[in-house]
Amino acid sequence: MFANHKYIAFETIVIKEVRRFSRIWLQTLVPPAITIGLYFVIFGNLVGRRIGDMGGFQYMEFIVPGLIMMSVIQNSYSNVVSSFFSQKFQKTIEELLVAPVPNYVILSGVIVGGMARGLAVGAIVTAMSLFFADLSIEYPLITILTILLTSIVFSLMGFINAVFANSFDDISIIPTFVLTPLIYLGGVFYSVQLLPSFWQIISGLNPIFYMVNTFRYGILGSSDVDVYWAFLILGVFIITLYSSCIWLLRHGKGIRS
Amino acid sequence: MTVAISIKDLHKTYANGFEALKGISLEVEQGDFFALLGPNGAGKSTTIGVISTLVKRSSGEVEVFGKNVDTHVYETKLDLGVVPQEVNFNQFEKVQDIVITQAGYYGLPRDLAKERAEKYLRKLGLWDKRNDRSRSLSGGMKRRLMIARALAHEPRLLILDEPTAGVDIELRRSMWQFLKEINANGTTIILTTHYLEEAEQLCRNIAIIDEGLIIENTSMKSLLAELDSQTFILDSSSAINTVPKLNLENVCMRLTDDKSLEVTVSHGRNINEVFTELDKSGISISSLRNKSNRLEQLFLSRLSENGAK
Repeated sequence: MFANHKYIAFETIVIKEVRRFSRIWLQTLVPPAITIGLYFVIFGNLVGRRIGDMGGFQYMEFIVPGLIMMSVIQNSYSNVVSSFFSQKFQKTIEELLVAPVPNYVILSGVIVGGMARGLAVGAIVTAMSLFFADLSIEYPLITILTILLTSIVFSLMGFINAVFANSFDDISIIPTFVLTPLIYLGGVFYSVQLLPSFWQIISGLNPIFYMVNTFRYGILGSSDVDVYWAFLILGVFIITLYSSCIWLLRHGKGIRS
Repeated sequence: MTVAISIKDLHKTYANGFEALKGISLEVEQGDFFALLGPNGAGKSTTIGVISTLVKRSSGEVEVFGKNVDTHVYETKLDLGVVPQEVNFNQFEKVQDIVITQAGYYGLPRDLAKERAEKYLRKLGLWDKRNDRSRSLSGGMKRRLMIARALAHEPRLLILDEPTAGVDIELRRSMWQFLKEINANGTTIILTTHYLEEAEQLCRNIAIIDEGLIIENTSMKSLLAELDSQTFILDSSSAINTVPKLNLENVCMRLTDDKSLEVTVSHGRNINEVFTELDKSGISISSLRNKSNRLEQLFLSRLSENGAK
């Protein structure tokens, strides 16, 4: 396949993915915005006033980066898992599999679709946060890089979940029982320095902890983790997950009988 | 003559142990209109699945226009258009978008994709529905949409897996006309169908598959020539009281009702001779029809022979 044909195929997949979540915006874009909006009002505004400072910042300022990151993680993941599993379930994936589209183009298209939704919700949440906190970005490059790499990581994870899922229950198990606890324990609402040293070490095993803190560093200039270490972890995750996804596609796992 | 598709010793055993294909070999020439027939579960869809790479084969080789599907993935897929048995497009998407998206997967620029979508949606009578959600289409329209989608990149080989299943006769005939047209324009077509009349009307060559094996692979003409006899129903314009005695060998006749005769004519005997003799007996025939489809007789006999082995 010529490079321009591959690009057209990639663009087609991305357009299809974006059109899908845009068509059902009431299910894909509005609910996360409302949920995060409630976090801002309840935790940030009402409860946060009584908490005072956290990590040297007002509590509302402290949780904004974490909540933006939480929305990006959840939506990147859920877009890919639900879109790809639906395509498997309805067999519409066959449209793509009979066409001469290389596996890496399929994967890239689906991942960029997931990133698009994650970042769209992230942008909505960021806009909403401006009503509650004065947001200034200390390190724009780190902020953008962290959010992009994080959405890639969780889009790839969503893809793997979709490949192995056999029912709609299977696509909600990981988000409910793994992703949500890891996000909540990943320092979205608190600084890890509040924890006893044992739990600080345990938190260090949670990859989301690094992502949230690096993003917070990009916005506020303060973090519980070493930023370079965080980028290394993100890089390792992306390489490992991407290779796994390509392997699964090459072997037709869950999509070719 | 170029071979459009060549299958050599194809085996497929599914994960549950079911052996769907037990060593199929088949060649279809370029420009052919080829029928792949068989009862349910015979292996037709598995064969199509393997050709289109949706099903992983256990062993064997597949070549499309002389190129191996494993080593020339891009070229072979570009030459291939597949219309599956089950509807497999997104039912929430608009009709036109489905065709444009498929063209995009084949690397067609958007303007050309739109042009192709219009061309094939018009040809298949769906242009008026282009902005409708595909779930609102009738069963026949959905099948035509899948054909338009498969043709968007103008493949040299089109494989149709029961394209007219559940489609009314009028629509079926218009689809036959369309398929004949694209075949006449050079597209090789492989068709699986349960309507044997359809295969007889459209196809020049035929393979019958049963229990994962090819049990017949020949031209339609030579297969039909193997029929020992044909049975016709002749309708008379006036009442027939007794079965006329005709001065013809190898012709059997019986009354089915007071105006209809069932006539079995052995191979080699001309039906015109029957008309002449009936005319002499004062019986005027107003219409004639086959008692059953000729291919159906052969198909059932081949299956029963294979079952007896």
